[in-house]
Amino acid sequence: MTQKATESLVVDNLNVSIEGQPILKNINVFFPVNKITCIVGPSGCGKSTLLRCLNRLTENIDGFTIKGSVLIDGQDIVTADDEHLIELRRHVGLVPQRPCPLPMSIYDNVAYGCRIHGMHTRKHEMDETVERYLTEVGLWDEVKDRLRRPATRLSIGQQQRLCLARSLAVEPDFILADEATSALDPISSKTIEELFVRLKEKYTIIMVTHTLPQALRIADYAVFLYLGEIVEEGDASQVFRSPKNELTKRYLSGLFS
Amino acid sequence: MTHIRKRQLEEKVMRVVMLIATLIVLGAVVSILGTILIRGCKALSWEMVSRFPGKEWNTAPDGGFLNAILGSLYVVIPAAVIGACISIPVVFYITMYKRRRTGVSYIIRLAFDVLYGIPPIVYGAFAFLVMVGVGMRASVLGGIMVTVLLIVPMMIRSGDEIAKTVPDEMVDAVYSLGATKWETVWVVLKHILPGMLTAFLLAVGRAIGDAAAVMFTAGFSDQPAHSLSDPTATLPLAVFNWIIMPDPFPGRAYAAALVLTILVLTLSIASRVITRRITRLNK
Repeated sequence: MTQKATESLVVDNLNVSIEGQPILKNINVFFPVNKITCIVGPSGCGKSTLLRCLNRLTENIDGFTIKGSVLIDGQDIVTADDEHLIELRRHVGLVPQRPCPLPMSIYDNVAYGCRIHGMHTRKHEMDETVERYLTEVGLWDEVKDRLRRPATRLSIGQQQRLCLARSLAVEPDFILADEATSALDPISSKTIEELFVRLKEKYTIIMVTHTLPQALRIADYAVFLYLGEIVEEGDASQVFRSPKNELTKRYLSGLFS
Repeated sequence: MTHIRKRQLEEKVMRVVMLIATLIVLGAVVSILGTILIRGCKALSWEMVSRFPGKEWNTAPDGGFLNAILGSLYVVIPAAVIGACISIPVVFYITMYKRRRTGVSYIIRLAFDVLYGIPPIVYGAFAFLVMVGVGMRASVLGGIMVTVLLIVPMMIRSGDEIAKTVPDEMVDAVYSLGATKWETVWVVLKHILPGMLTAFLLAVGRAIGDAAAVMFTAGFSDQPAHSLSDPTATLPLAVFNWIIMPDPFPGRAYAAALVLTILVLTLSIASRVITRRITRLNK
């Protein structure tokens, strides 16, 4: 596979509060290209909020205020106007915590993003695109005979792979995964993990996970968040195996979670 | 042991209370439908639903009340279309563009709640004052206007509740693909379509059966309406007018009530069937 992701994703002095309560404080991160970055930390530390800020899926949160920048290849998504926002979001795919197929067929789920962006307008091109991305997530052989059936009829593990294929079809550079395996059985989780490891050659992957063993298995880079602040970040092997900060050590040894 | 018995007794008592409440409601439904069915069937004839009132209509059985049936349809069908055209965009505006709980969205929702709570007779009186002000007389158009006022808050309120069932994950999934809010509306619409259709048909059902609102605005006439400015009879007002009058009117009132009930029940059953079909297709 060829290296594709060349764009950078940088968080610069990000401060977020919800209804006056600070959630993220002075966050500065550079997410390494073509690597899997795992954001870990105890519940309520702001992991998911940080992830949602990366493609500005924060507008429907009541009382949400944000300061600072999230730079996608130099363009700030925080201050982007509507026109730029939709283009920037296309570069940042999302795999949600719970699989969420759109109320349409399997084929249309993958094709939907391409259609709204006017990509692959000819039918045979769209067919090829749908096949390519369903193959990429290992779903093609399982669904090729029922592409016109509603996506909600797939198993939950298949739905999650479909969501990934849907995100990949609009050709993003980054994939955000918010505890993407937490609703899945162990076999489906393993499939998704393996997919991420394979996909990092083409995409920069940023995932939030509660499962430390999973982070240990697949992360290249780790960010440890505690009470809305980055306590430690660096190569996953260094952060997980020889953490420098006492809080990280205590979290990893299970003293708090 | 005593504590367990007490809990079991509590369970039994509450179950009986719930059963009694359910039976009271069912009893009311059965007695209403039974009365209308028995008295209505006795009086109803093909002539009644297929003919306009004859010359002797006010003193003897002569003709039918097709004028009221058509009048109800003339008023409700355009009102339903206009009502849907107004309420659906409002539902999407407050769902997609005012999804966050802000002061503005709170005021908008409060305003629609207030509108929903206003009794139909007040709408009728308000519309009547407006009509007097602009020199308009009771007519099909007046009936349509006030029925739109009735349908819109009902549809917006139910639509807003239905739209709240759209999972945030779905909206986020569509946004994350780079969709605009308007494009997201179309995806959300597929999800809430069965619920919106039910809300629409139930609102129309409620509106078609309301006498108070059309009393001042649509007027009453033994003649069929030929234009929007003609007054027209409507089924609920026909029931209201005839029920307390001497024979042959009470029989006609029950017959008209039966026709009205059949219309409303048809809408109710249609909404259930359509909802089930669409839900099955989406799943």
